[in-house]
Amino acid sequence: MGPLVPELIGEELNLVIAFFIGIGFGFILEQAGFSTSKKLVGLFYGYDFTVLRVFFTAGITAMLGLVIMAHFSLIDLSMVYVNPTFLWSAVIGGLIMGLGFVVGGFCPGTSFCAAAIGKIDALIFIAGGALGVLVFAEAYPALEPLYKAEFWGNVRIFETLGMSQGLFAFLLTVMALGAFYATGIIEKKVNKGETNEATTRRVFTSFAVVFLILGIAAIFLPDKRESVLSDMNNKEALDGIEFSRISIDELALRLMNNDKKYQIIDTRSEQEYALFHLPGAINVPLEKFYGKENAKVFRDKSVKRIFIGANKEDEIKAAYVATQIGIKDPLVLEGGLQKFREEIIGFDKAEAVNKGLNADTERFRLKAASLIPVLIEKDKQAGAPKKVIKKVMGGC
Amino acid sequence: MSIIPKRDQLTPKTFLKAESDMETKYMNPYLAGFFLGLLLLATIYITGRGLGASGAVKSGVITAVETVAPAHTNSAEFYKEYKTEHPGSPLKSWLVFEVAGVLIGALLSGLISNRLNFTLETTPGVQPKIRIVTALAGGLLFGFGSQLGRGCTSGAALSGMAVLSTGGIITMMAIFGGAYGFAWFFRKLWLKNQE
Repeated sequence: MGPLVPELIGEELNLVIAFFIGIGFGFILEQAGFSTSKKLVGLFYGYDFTVLRVFFTAGITAMLGLVIMAHFSLIDLSMVYVNPTFLWSAVIGGLIMGLGFVVGGFCPGTSFCAAAIGKIDALIFIAGGALGVLVFAEAYPALEPLYKAEFWGNVRIFETLGMSQGLFAFLLTVMALGAFYATGIIEKKVNKGETNEATTRRVFTSFAVVFLILGIAAIFLPDKRESVLSDMNNKEALDGIEFSRISIDELALRLMNNDKKYQIIDTRSEQEYALFHLPGAINVPLEKFYGKENAKVFRDKSVKRIFIGANKEDEIKAAYVATQIGIKDPLVLEGGLQKFREEIIGFDKAEAVNKGLNADTERFRLKAASLIPVLIEKDKQAGAPKKVIKKVMGGC
Repeated sequence: MSIIPKRDQLTPKTFLKAESDMETKYMNPYLAGFFLGLLLLATIYITGRGLGASGAVKSGVITAVETVAPAHTNSAEFYKEYKTEHPGSPLKSWLVFEVAGVLIGALLSGLISNRLNFTLETTPGVQPKIRIVTALAGGLLFGFGSQLGRGCTSGAALSGMAVLSTGGIITMMAIFGGAYGFAWFFRKLWLKNQE
Protein backbone atom coordinates (compact mmCIF):
# COMPACT_ATOMS: atom_id res chain seq x y z
CA MET A 1 0.00 0.00 0.00
CA GLY A 2 1.23 3.47 -0.84
CA PRO A 3 2.78 5.82 -0.09
CA LEU A 4 6.08 3.94 -0.25
CA VAL A 5 8.01 6.59 1.69
CA PRO A 6 9.16 6.37 4.45
CA GLU A 7 8.89 2.60 5.13
CA LEU A 8 9.85 1.12 1.79
CA ILE A 9 11.94 3.98 0.47
CA GLY A 10 14.51 5.68 2.65
CA GLU A 11 15.45 9.31 2.84
CA GLU A 12 18.44 9.17 0.49
CA LEU A 13 16.68 7.18 -2.21
CA ASN A 14 13.75 9.57 -1.93
CA LEU A 15 16.02 12.43 -2.97
CA VAL A 16 17.20 10.48 -6.01
CA ILE A 17 13.56 9.83 -6.88
CA ALA A 18 12.83 13.55 -6.43
CA PHE A 19 15.45 14.31 -9.05
CA PHE A 20 13.92 11.92 -11.59
CA ILE A 21 10.39 13.10 -10.86
CA GLY A 22 11.69 16.63 -11.43
CA ILE A 23 13.05 15.62 -14.84
CA GLY A 24 9.60 14.39 -15.81
CA PHE A 25 7.97 17.51 -14.39
CA GLY A 26 10.29 19.90 -16.23
CA PHE A 27 10.05 17.94 -19.46
CA ILE A 28 6.25 17.90 -19.49
CA LEU A 29 5.93 21.57 -18.57
CA GLU A 30 8.33 22.60 -21.31
CA GLN A 31 6.68 20.35 -23.89
CA ALA A 32 3.32 21.87 -22.97
CA GLY A 33 4.66 25.33 -23.72
CA PHE A 34 5.02 26.58 -20.16
CA SER A 35 8.45 28.01 -20.86
CA THR A 36 7.17 31.23 -22.37
CA SER A 37 5.44 33.94 -20.38
CA LYS A 38 3.29 34.97 -23.35
CA LYS A 39 1.61 31.58 -23.40
CA LEU A 40 1.22 31.51 -19.64
CA VAL A 41 -0.55 34.84 -19.27
CA GLY A 42 -2.70 34.15 -22.33
CA LEU A 43 -5.08 32.55 -19.89
CA PHE A 44 -5.78 35.88 -18.22
CA TYR A 45 -6.46 37.73 -21.47
CA GLY A 46 -8.41 35.00 -23.17
CA TYR A 47 -6.13 34.43 -26.15
CA ASP A 48 -4.54 31.18 -24.98
CA PHE A 49 -6.02 28.79 -22.46
CA THR A 50 -3.27 26.19 -22.64
CA VAL A 51 -2.38 26.66 -18.99
CA LEU A 52 -5.93 26.04 -17.87
CA ARG A 53 -6.16 22.91 -20.02
CA VAL A 54 -2.90 21.42 -18.82
CA PHE A 55 -3.37 22.45 -15.20
CA PHE A 56 -6.92 21.18 -14.76
CA THR A 57 -6.38 18.01 -16.76
CA ALA A 58 -3.41 17.23 -14.52
CA GLY A 59 -5.39 18.10 -11.40
CA ILE A 60 -8.41 15.94 -12.18
CA THR A 61 -6.26 13.07 -13.47
CA ALA A 62 -4.30 12.91 -10.22
CA MET A 63 -7.38 13.49 -8.07
CA LEU A 64 -9.47 10.79 -9.76
CA GLY A 65 -6.48 8.48 -9.65
CA LEU A 66 -6.18 8.96 -5.90
CA VAL A 67 -9.91 8.42 -5.34
CA ILE A 68 -9.80 5.17 -7.31
CA MET A 69 -6.61 3.98 -5.61
CA ALA A 70 -8.02 4.75 -2.17
CA HIS A 71 -11.12 2.75 -2.99
CA PHE A 72 -9.05 -0.30 -3.78
CA SER A 73 -6.86 0.26 -0.72
CA LEU A 74 -3.81 0.85 -2.91
CA ILE A 75 -2.97 4.04 -1.06
CA ASP A 76 -3.58 5.21 2.47
CA LEU A 77 -4.70 8.80 2.05
CA SER A 78 -4.34 9.46 5.76
CA MET A 79 -0.58 9.10 5.26
CA VAL A 80 -0.45 11.51 2.35
CA TYR A 81 0.54 15.11 2.96
CA VAL A 82 -2.47 17.40 2.82
CA ASN A 83 -1.60 21.08 2.70
CA PRO A 84 -2.82 22.75 5.89
CA THR A 85 -5.52 25.38 5.66
CA PHE A 86 -4.80 28.79 7.07
CA LEU A 87 -7.61 30.81 5.57
CA TRP A 88 -6.22 34.33 5.44
CA SER A 89 -2.69 33.56 4.44
CA ALA A 90 -4.04 31.29 1.68
CA VAL A 91 -6.31 34.02 0.32
CA ILE A 92 -3.90 36.95 0.64
CA GLY A 93 -0.84 34.93 -0.38
CA GLY A 94 -2.79 33.65 -3.38
CA LEU A 95 -3.86 37.14 -4.45
CA ILE A 96 -0.29 38.40 -4.21
CA MET A 97 0.85 35.44 -6.32
CA GLY A 98 -1.89 36.25 -8.84
CA LEU A 99 -0.56 39.77 -9.09
CA GLY A 100 2.95 38.41 -9.48
CA PHE A 101 1.68 36.13 -12.25
CA VAL A 102 0.27 38.90 -14.47
CA VAL A 103 3.17 41.23 -13.76
CA GLY A 104 5.98 38.72 -14.14
CA GLY A 105 4.42 36.29 -16.58
CA PHE A 106 5.63 33.19 -14.75
CA CYS A 107 5.07 31.13 -11.66
CA PRO A 108 8.03 29.54 -9.89
CA GLY A 109 7.84 26.10 -11.57
CA THR A 110 7.44 27.52 -15.05
CA SER A 111 10.19 30.09 -14.49
CA PHE A 112 12.62 27.23 -13.83
CA CYS A 113 11.58 25.60 -17.11
CA ALA A 114 11.94 28.81 -19.05
CA ALA A 115 15.31 29.59 -17.46
CA ALA A 116 16.52 26.12 -18.40
CA ILE A 117 15.98 26.83 -22.08
CA GLY A 118 17.71 30.19 -21.87
CA LYS A 119 14.99 32.73 -21.13
CA ILE A 120 16.74 35.62 -19.41
CA ASP A 121 13.44 37.11 -18.20
CA ALA A 122 12.81 33.83 -16.35
CA LEU A 123 16.21 34.03 -14.65
CA ILE A 124 15.34 37.54 -13.51
CA PHE A 125 11.98 36.27 -12.27
CA ILE A 126 13.75 33.61 -10.18
CA ALA A 127 16.08 36.24 -8.74
CA GLY A 128 13.02 38.32 -7.91
CA GLY A 129 11.45 35.25 -6.31
CA ALA A 130 14.48 34.79 -4.06
CA LEU A 131 14.25 38.44 -3.12
CA GLY A 132 10.57 37.99 -2.29
CA VAL A 133 11.34 35.06 -0.01
CA LEU A 134 14.02 37.12 1.68
CA VAL A 135 11.62 40.00 2.22
CA PHE A 136 9.10 37.61 3.72
CA ALA A 137 11.74 36.06 5.97
CA GLU A 138 12.86 39.41 7.29
CA ALA A 139 9.33 40.71 7.73
CA TYR A 140 8.21 37.44 9.32
CA PRO A 141 7.83 38.71 12.89
CA ALA A 142 5.34 41.30 11.65
CA LEU A 143 3.59 38.85 9.34
CA GLU A 144 3.42 35.91 11.72
CA PRO A 145 -0.03 36.72 13.16
CA LEU A 146 -1.49 36.81 9.62
CA TYR A 147 0.54 33.75 8.59
CA LYS A 148 -0.90 31.66 11.40
CA ALA A 149 -4.41 33.11 11.58
CA GLU A 150 -7.60 31.09 11.10
CA PHE A 151 -6.08 27.61 11.12
CA TRP A 152 -8.58 24.97 10.05
CA GLY A 153 -6.25 21.98 10.21
CA ASN A 154 -5.19 19.72 7.36
CA VAL A 155 -8.77 19.59 6.16
CA ARG A 156 -9.94 18.36 2.81
CA ILE A 157 -12.37 20.36 0.73
CA PHE A 158 -15.23 17.85 0.73
CA GLU A 159 -15.10 17.77 4.53
CA THR A 160 -15.25 21.55 4.61
CA LEU A 161 -18.22 21.48 2.25
CA GLY A 162 -19.84 18.52 3.97
CA MET A 163 -20.10 16.15 1.03
CA SER A 164 -18.53 12.86 0.08
CA GLN A 165 -15.12 12.70 -1.54
CA GLY A 166 -16.56 11.00 -4.61
CA LEU A 167 -19.27 13.57 -5.15
CA PHE A 168 -16.82 16.44 -4.93
CA ALA A 169 -14.46 14.67 -7.32
CA PHE A 170 -17.33 14.29 -9.78
CA LEU A 171 -18.36 17.95 -9.48
CA LEU A 172 -14.80 19.14 -9.96
CA THR A 173 -14.44 16.94 -13.04
CA VAL A 174 -17.63 18.36 -14.53
CA MET A 175 -16.44 21.88 -13.73
CA ALA A 176 -13.11 21.27 -15.44
CA LEU A 177 -14.77 19.82 -18.55
CA GLY A 178 -17.20 22.74 -18.66
CA ALA A 179 -14.30 25.17 -18.35
CA PHE A 180 -12.45 23.45 -21.21
CA TYR A 181 -15.48 23.76 -23.43
CA ALA A 182 -16.29 27.37 -22.50
CA THR A 183 -12.71 28.62 -22.78
CA GLY A 184 -12.43 27.03 -26.21
CA ILE A 185 -15.26 29.29 -27.35
CA ILE A 186 -13.81 32.37 -25.62
CA GLU A 187 -10.39 31.74 -27.09
CA LYS A 188 -11.82 31.54 -30.59
CA LYS A 189 -13.72 34.77 -30.11
CA VAL A 190 -10.75 36.69 -28.71
CA ASN A 191 -8.52 35.47 -31.50
CA LYS A 192 -11.13 36.34 -34.11
CA GLY A 193 -11.76 32.87 -35.40
CA GLU A 194 -8.25 31.56 -35.00
CA THR A 195 -7.52 29.27 -32.14
CA ASN A 196 -4.59 27.76 -30.33
CA GLU A 197 -6.74 24.74 -29.71
CA ALA A 198 -5.14 21.99 -31.75
CA THR A 199 -7.46 19.33 -30.35
CA THR A 200 -10.01 18.12 -32.82
CA ARG A 201 -13.61 17.94 -31.75
CA ARG A 202 -13.58 14.15 -31.87
CA VAL A 203 -10.52 13.86 -29.66
CA PHE A 204 -11.93 16.35 -27.17
CA THR A 205 -15.28 14.56 -27.05
CA SER A 206 -13.71 11.20 -26.33
CA PHE A 207 -11.46 12.79 -23.73
CA ALA A 208 -14.47 14.42 -22.06
CA VAL A 209 -16.48 11.18 -22.12
CA VAL A 210 -13.67 9.17 -20.51
CA PHE A 211 -13.23 11.71 -17.73
CA LEU A 212 -16.97 12.00 -17.21
CA ILE A 213 -17.20 8.24 -16.76
CA LEU A 214 -14.31 8.31 -14.29
CA GLY A 215 -15.98 11.20 -12.49
CA ILE A 216 -19.27 9.33 -12.20
CA ALA A 217 -17.40 6.22 -11.08
CA ALA A 218 -15.79 8.30 -8.33
CA ILE A 219 -19.19 8.87 -6.74
CA PHE A 220 -19.64 5.14 -6.36
CA LEU A 221 -16.09 4.41 -5.28
CA PRO A 222 -15.90 5.61 -1.71
CA ASP A 223 -12.62 5.53 0.12
CA LYS A 224 -12.58 1.93 1.37
CA ARG A 225 -11.49 3.00 4.80
CA GLU A 226 -14.22 5.62 5.10
CA SER A 227 -16.94 3.27 3.92
CA VAL A 228 -15.93 0.47 6.28
CA LEU A 229 -15.72 2.86 9.19
CA SER A 230 -19.15 4.25 8.39
CA ASP A 231 -20.62 0.72 8.07
CA MET A 232 -19.07 -0.02 11.42
CA ASN A 233 -21.15 2.67 13.06
CA ASN A 234 -24.27 1.60 11.24
CA LYS A 235 -26.11 -0.83 13.48
CA GLU A 236 -28.05 -2.43 10.63
CA ALA A 237 -24.92 -3.26 8.68
CA LEU A 238 -23.61 -5.24 11.63
CA ASP A 239 -26.89 -6.84 12.52
CA GLY A 240 -26.76 -10.59 12.47
CA ILE A 241 -23.01 -10.84 11.98
CA GLU A 242 -21.63 -13.34 14.46
CA PHE A 243 -18.04 -13.80 15.50
CA SER A 244 -16.37 -16.61 17.42
CA ARG A 245 -16.06 -15.80 21.06
CA ILE A 246 -13.44 -16.56 23.62
CA SER A 247 -14.62 -16.84 27.20
CA ILE A 248 -13.04 -14.79 29.94
CA ASP A 249 -11.73 -17.96 31.58
CA GLU A 250 -10.08 -19.15 28.39
CA LEU A 251 -8.44 -15.79 27.89
CA ALA A 252 -7.21 -15.83 31.48
CA LEU A 253 -5.73 -19.26 30.93
CA ARG A 254 -4.01 -18.24 27.72
CA LEU A 255 -2.60 -15.17 29.42
CA MET A 256 -1.21 -17.20 32.28
CA ASN A 257 0.32 -19.69 29.86
CA ASN A 258 1.72 -16.86 27.78
CA ASP A 259 0.22 -18.44 24.68
CA LYS A 260 2.00 -16.95 21.67
CA LYS A 261 -0.53 -18.25 19.20
CA TYR A 262 -2.95 -15.57 20.32
CA GLN A 263 -2.56 -11.86 19.90
CA ILE A 264 -4.73 -9.43 21.83
CA ILE A 265 -5.66 -6.28 19.93
CA ASP A 266 -6.91 -3.61 22.28
CA THR A 267 -9.24 -1.36 20.32
CA ARG A 268 -9.83 1.28 22.96
CA SER A 269 -8.37 4.75 22.80
CA GLU A 270 -4.71 5.39 23.53
CA GLN A 271 -5.56 7.05 26.83
CA GLU A 272 -7.63 4.13 28.06
CA TYR A 273 -4.91 1.74 26.95
CA ALA A 274 -2.29 3.73 28.79
CA LEU A 275 -4.29 3.51 32.01
CA PHE A 276 -4.85 -0.21 31.87
CA HIS A 277 -4.26 -3.02 29.42
CA LEU A 278 -3.84 -6.75 29.36
CA PRO A 279 -0.33 -8.21 29.14
CA GLY A 280 0.97 -8.30 25.58
CA ALA A 281 -2.01 -6.44 24.19
CA ILE A 282 -1.31 -4.18 21.23
CA ASN A 283 -3.25 -0.96 21.09
CA VAL A 284 -4.84 -0.24 17.73
CA PRO A 285 -7.77 2.16 18.04
CA LEU A 286 -10.59 1.21 15.69
CA GLU A 287 -10.21 4.08 13.27
CA LYS A 288 -6.58 3.12 12.76
CA PHE A 289 -7.12 -0.48 11.64
CA TYR A 290 -7.07 0.66 8.11
CA GLY A 291 -4.02 2.03 6.54
CA LYS A 292 -0.33 1.63 6.55
CA GLU A 293 0.31 2.77 10.06
CA ASN A 294 -0.72 -0.51 11.66
CA ALA A 295 -0.42 -2.82 8.68
CA LYS A 296 2.48 -4.60 10.40
CA VAL A 297 0.35 -5.57 13.38
CA PHE A 298 -1.98 -7.51 11.14
CA ARG A 299 0.59 -9.01 8.80
CA ASP A 300 1.29 -12.33 10.55
CA LYS A 301 -1.49 -14.65 9.40
CA SER A 302 -0.52 -17.56 11.69
CA VAL A 303 -1.69 -16.04 14.97
CA LYS A 304 -5.28 -15.77 16.09
CA ARG A 305 -6.37 -12.29 17.04
CA ILE A 306 -8.61 -11.48 19.94
CA PHE A 307 -10.29 -8.12 19.61
CA ILE A 308 -11.16 -6.53 22.89
CA GLY A 309 -12.99 -3.33 23.57
CA ALA A 310 -14.69 -1.61 26.45
CA ASN A 311 -17.95 -3.39 25.67
CA LYS A 312 -19.54 -5.95 23.42
CA GLU A 313 -20.58 -3.45 20.72
CA ASP A 314 -17.09 -2.11 20.30
CA GLU A 315 -15.72 -5.63 19.99
CA ILE A 316 -18.22 -6.52 17.28
CA LYS A 317 -17.27 -3.33 15.42
CA ALA A 318 -13.61 -4.17 15.73
CA ALA A 319 -14.08 -7.72 14.53
CA TYR A 320 -16.12 -6.47 11.59
CA VAL A 321 -13.43 -4.01 10.53
CA ALA A 322 -10.86 -6.78 11.01
CA THR A 323 -12.66 -9.02 8.53
CA GLN A 324 -12.61 -6.14 6.07
CA ILE A 325 -8.84 -5.92 6.20
CA GLY A 326 -8.49 -9.63 5.60
CA ILE A 327 -8.35 -11.12 9.10
CA LYS A 328 -10.03 -14.51 8.97
CA ASP A 329 -12.14 -15.55 11.91
CA PRO A 330 -11.42 -12.83 14.45
CA LEU A 331 -12.20 -13.64 18.08
CA VAL A 332 -14.08 -11.38 20.44
CA LEU A 333 -13.93 -11.52 24.20
CA GLU A 334 -17.14 -12.57 25.80
CA GLY A 335 -18.62 -9.67 27.75
CA GLY A 336 -15.84 -7.31 26.84
CA LEU A 337 -12.93 -6.09 28.88
CA GLN A 338 -15.27 -4.79 31.54
CA LYS A 339 -16.47 -8.29 32.43
CA PHE A 340 -12.94 -9.62 32.40
CA ARG A 341 -11.83 -6.98 34.86
CA GLU A 342 -14.78 -7.53 37.14
CA GLU A 343 -14.97 -11.29 37.17
CA ILE A 344 -11.38 -12.39 36.71
CA ILE A 345 -9.09 -9.69 37.98
CA GLY A 346 -11.49 -8.44 40.60
CA PHE A 347 -12.68 -11.92 41.49
CA ASP A 348 -14.77 -11.88 44.63
CA LYS A 349 -15.38 -15.17 46.37
CA ALA A 350 -18.57 -14.06 48.07
CA GLU A 351 -20.14 -12.96 44.82
CA ALA A 352 -19.06 -16.15 43.12
CA VAL A 353 -21.14 -18.16 45.58
CA ASN A 354 -24.16 -16.05 44.74
CA LYS A 355 -23.66 -16.66 41.04
CA GLY A 356 -23.42 -20.34 41.62
CA LEU A 357 -20.06 -20.98 39.97
CA ASN A 358 -18.77 -24.47 40.18
CA ALA A 359 -15.83 -25.22 42.41
CA ASP A 360 -13.31 -25.69 39.58
CA THR A 361 -14.07 -22.32 38.03
CA GLU A 362 -13.93 -20.72 41.42
CA ARG A 363 -10.49 -22.16 42.12
CA PHE A 364 -9.24 -21.19 38.69
CA ARG A 365 -10.47 -17.63 38.98
CA LEU A 366 -8.96 -17.27 42.40
CA LYS A 367 -5.61 -18.24 40.98
CA ALA A 368 -6.04 -15.99 37.95
CA ALA A 369 -6.99 -13.05 40.14
CA SER A 370 -3.67 -13.33 41.92
CA LEU A 371 -1.50 -14.08 38.87
CA ILE A 372 -2.82 -11.79 36.17
CA PRO A 373 -2.25 -8.51 38.04
CA VAL A 374 1.37 -9.58 38.39
CA LEU A 375 1.59 -10.17 34.64
CA ILE A 376 -0.01 -6.80 33.99
CA GLU A 377 2.48 -5.11 36.27
CA LYS A 378 5.39 -6.91 34.59
CA ASP A 379 4.12 -5.89 31.17
CA LYS A 380 3.83 -2.31 32.31
CA GLN A 381 7.41 -2.36 33.58
CA ALA A 382 8.66 -3.65 30.24
CA GLY A 383 6.84 -0.80 28.57
CA ALA A 384 4.64 -1.01 25.54
CA PRO A 385 6.45 -1.27 22.24
CA LYS A 386 6.78 2.27 20.98
CA LYS A 387 5.38 2.83 17.56
CA VAL A 388 7.17 5.60 15.76
CA ILE A 389 5.07 6.90 12.93
CA LYS A 390 6.93 9.08 10.54
CA LYS A 391 4.69 11.21 8.43
CA VAL A 392 5.74 12.64 5.15
CA MET A 393 6.51 16.33 5.06
CA GLY A 394 5.45 18.20 2.00
CA GLY A 395 4.49 21.56 0.69
CA CYS A 396 6.40 24.23 -1.03
CA MET B 1 11.96 30.42 -36.97
CA SER B 2 11.92 31.89 -40.45
CA ILE B 3 8.15 31.80 -40.51
CA ILE B 4 8.03 34.57 -37.93
CA PRO B 5 7.83 37.95 -39.59
CA LYS B 6 10.08 40.76 -38.43
CA ARG B 7 8.80 42.71 -35.50
CA ASP B 8 7.89 45.84 -37.47
CA GLN B 9 5.83 43.78 -39.87
CA LEU B 10 3.70 42.41 -37.10
CA THR B 11 0.02 43.01 -37.37
CA PRO B 12 -2.44 41.27 -35.09
CA LYS B 13 -3.12 38.80 -37.87
CA THR B 14 0.47 37.90 -38.67
CA PHE B 15 1.33 37.87 -34.99
CA LEU B 16 -1.30 35.28 -34.28
CA LYS B 17 -0.35 33.33 -37.36
CA ALA B 18 3.26 33.22 -36.25
CA GLU B 19 2.24 32.27 -32.73
CA SER B 20 -0.02 29.47 -33.88
CA ASP B 21 2.60 28.14 -36.26
CA MET B 22 5.01 27.95 -33.36
CA GLU B 23 2.48 26.33 -31.14
CA THR B 24 1.94 23.36 -33.39
CA LYS B 25 5.23 22.20 -31.95
CA TYR B 26 3.89 22.10 -28.43
CA MET B 27 2.30 18.98 -27.05
CA ASN B 28 -1.48 18.78 -27.05
CA PRO B 29 -2.50 20.43 -23.76
CA TYR B 30 -4.84 17.65 -22.66
CA LEU B 31 -2.21 15.01 -23.35
CA ALA B 32 0.42 17.04 -21.51
CA GLY B 33 -2.02 17.54 -18.64
CA PHE B 34 -2.77 13.83 -18.53
CA PHE B 35 0.93 12.98 -18.37
CA LEU B 36 1.47 15.63 -15.71
CA GLY B 37 -1.45 14.19 -13.73
CA LEU B 38 -0.01 10.68 -13.94
CA LEU B 39 3.37 11.99 -12.82
CA LEU B 40 1.74 13.75 -9.88
CA LEU B 41 -0.20 10.61 -9.00
CA ALA B 42 2.97 8.52 -9.12
CA THR B 43 4.75 11.12 -6.99
CA ILE B 44 2.05 10.97 -4.34
CA TYR B 45 1.95 7.17 -4.46
CA ILE B 46 5.70 6.85 -4.05
CA THR B 47 6.55 9.74 -1.77
CA GLY B 48 3.26 10.68 -0.07
CA ARG B 49 3.66 14.29 -1.16
CA GLY B 50 3.06 16.32 -4.28
CA LEU B 51 5.17 18.40 -6.61
CA GLY B 52 6.52 21.82 -5.77
CA ALA B 53 8.83 24.62 -6.79
CA SER B 54 8.91 27.65 -4.52
CA GLY B 55 10.22 25.56 -1.60
CA ALA B 56 13.47 25.16 -3.50
CA VAL B 57 13.83 28.93 -3.77
CA LYS B 58 13.28 29.13 -0.03
CA SER B 59 15.99 26.51 0.61
CA GLY B 60 18.34 28.48 -1.62
CA VAL B 61 17.64 31.75 0.18
CA ILE B 62 18.09 30.18 3.60
CA THR B 63 21.40 28.64 2.54
CA ALA B 64 22.57 31.98 1.20
CA VAL B 65 21.62 33.85 4.37
CA GLU B 66 23.24 31.13 6.49
CA THR B 67 26.48 31.61 4.58
CA VAL B 68 26.46 35.39 4.59
CA ALA B 69 25.04 36.08 8.03
CA PRO B 70 25.08 32.91 10.17
CA ALA B 71 24.36 34.87 13.35
CA HIS B 72 21.19 36.25 11.82
CA THR B 73 19.78 32.80 11.02
CA ASN B 74 20.27 31.81 14.63
CA SER B 75 18.29 34.72 15.96
CA ALA B 76 15.57 35.54 13.40
CA GLU B 77 12.30 33.71 13.94
CA PHE B 78 11.72 32.63 10.32
CA TYR B 79 15.05 30.80 10.07
CA LYS B 80 14.74 29.29 13.53
CA GLU B 81 11.34 27.85 12.68
CA TYR B 82 12.69 26.42 9.45
CA LYS B 83 15.60 24.86 11.32
CA THR B 84 13.37 23.12 13.81
CA GLU B 85 11.13 21.79 11.07
CA HIS B 86 13.97 20.83 8.73
CA PRO B 87 17.09 19.77 10.58
CA GLY B 88 20.15 19.31 8.41
CA SER B 89 21.26 21.25 5.38
CA PRO B 90 18.44 23.19 3.72
CA LEU B 91 19.84 22.13 0.36
CA LYS B 92 19.32 18.47 1.19
CA SER B 93 15.61 18.84 0.67
CA TRP B 94 13.21 17.00 -1.57
CA LEU B 95 12.22 20.08 -3.54
CA VAL B 96 15.80 21.15 -4.22
CA PHE B 97 16.47 17.78 -5.85
CA GLU B 98 13.17 17.92 -7.69
CA VAL B 99 13.86 21.39 -9.06
CA ALA B 100 17.34 20.30 -10.15
CA GLY B 101 15.50 17.65 -12.14
CA VAL B 102 13.06 20.21 -13.51
CA LEU B 103 15.96 22.21 -14.94
CA ILE B 104 17.44 19.10 -16.61
CA GLY B 105 14.04 17.92 -17.86
CA ALA B 106 13.15 21.29 -19.36
CA LEU B 107 16.59 21.53 -20.92
CA LEU B 108 16.16 18.11 -22.52
CA SER B 109 12.75 19.07 -23.80
CA GLY B 110 14.05 22.36 -25.19
CA LEU B 111 16.92 20.47 -26.82
CA ILE B 112 14.77 17.94 -28.66
CA SER B 113 12.19 20.55 -29.64
CA ASN B 114 14.85 22.99 -30.74
CA ARG B 115 13.87 25.76 -28.38
CA LEU B 116 17.20 26.46 -26.66
CA ASN B 117 17.94 30.10 -27.09
CA PHE B 118 19.48 32.76 -24.85
CA THR B 119 16.94 35.51 -25.11
CA LEU B 120 15.05 38.08 -23.14
CA GLU B 121 11.56 37.37 -24.32
CA THR B 122 9.40 40.44 -24.62
CA THR B 123 5.98 41.15 -25.99
CA PRO B 124 6.26 43.22 -29.16
CA GLY B 125 6.12 46.86 -28.14
CA VAL B 126 7.39 46.27 -24.62
CA GLN B 127 10.88 47.61 -23.96
CA PRO B 128 13.43 45.08 -22.68
CA LYS B 129 14.04 47.44 -19.77
CA ILE B 130 10.38 47.23 -18.81
CA ARG B 131 10.45 43.45 -19.14
CA ILE B 132 13.39 43.24 -16.76
CA VAL B 133 11.54 45.32 -14.20
CA THR B 134 8.28 43.39 -14.55
CA ALA B 135 10.06 40.02 -14.36
CA LEU B 136 11.87 41.09 -11.21
CA ALA B 137 8.77 42.62 -9.61
CA GLY B 138 6.59 39.66 -10.58
CA GLY B 139 9.15 37.25 -9.16
CA LEU B 140 9.35 39.24 -5.97
CA LEU B 141 5.59 39.22 -5.52
CA PHE B 142 5.37 35.52 -6.33
CA GLY B 143 8.21 34.67 -3.98
CA PHE B 144 6.64 36.66 -1.18
CA GLY B 145 3.13 35.34 -1.85
CA SER B 146 4.28 31.74 -2.00
CA GLN B 147 5.76 32.04 1.48
CA LEU B 148 2.61 33.60 2.89
CA GLY B 149 0.37 31.13 1.05
CA ARG B 150 2.54 28.11 1.95
CA GLY B 151 3.22 27.09 -1.62
CA CYS B 152 2.93 28.18 -5.19
CA THR B 153 1.03 27.04 -8.25
CA SER B 154 2.71 23.62 -8.05
CA GLY B 155 2.91 22.92 -4.35
CA ALA B 156 -0.30 24.52 -3.14
CA ALA B 157 -2.59 24.83 -6.15
CA LEU B 158 -1.87 21.73 -8.26
CA SER B 159 -0.79 19.28 -5.57
CA GLY B 160 -3.35 20.71 -3.16
CA MET B 161 -6.10 20.13 -5.72
CA ALA B 162 -4.99 16.52 -6.29
CA VAL B 163 -5.28 15.69 -2.58
CA LEU B 164 -8.37 17.93 -2.31
CA SER B 165 -6.81 20.10 0.38
CA THR B 166 -9.12 22.96 1.32
CA GLY B 167 -6.20 25.35 1.76
CA GLY B 168 -4.66 24.31 -1.56
CA ILE B 169 -7.90 24.88 -3.43
CA ILE B 170 -8.45 28.26 -1.75
CA THR B 171 -4.91 29.28 -2.73
CA MET B 172 -5.52 28.09 -6.29
CA MET B 173 -8.70 30.15 -6.58
CA ALA B 174 -6.96 33.18 -5.09
CA ILE B 175 -4.01 32.91 -7.51
CA PHE B 176 -6.13 32.59 -10.63
CA GLY B 177 -8.88 34.89 -9.39
CA GLY B 178 -6.30 37.48 -8.40
CA ALA B 179 -4.53 37.22 -11.73
CA TYR B 180 -7.83 37.74 -13.58
CA GLY B 181 -8.68 40.67 -11.34
CA PHE B 182 -5.34 42.35 -11.88
CA ALA B 183 -4.99 41.42 -15.57
CA TRP B 184 -6.80 44.46 -16.89
CA PHE B 185 -4.33 46.84 -15.22
CA PHE B 186 -1.37 45.17 -16.86
CA ARG B 187 -2.86 44.53 -20.30
CA LYS B 188 -0.33 46.84 -21.94
CA LEU B 189 2.43 44.47 -20.87
CA TRP B 190 0.97 41.61 -22.84
CA LEU B 191 -1.53 42.84 -25.39
CA LYS B 192 0.21 45.75 -27.08
CA ASN B 193 0.02 44.33 -30.54
CA GLN B 194 -3.42 42.93 -30.35
CA GLU B 195 -5.18 46.16 -29.55
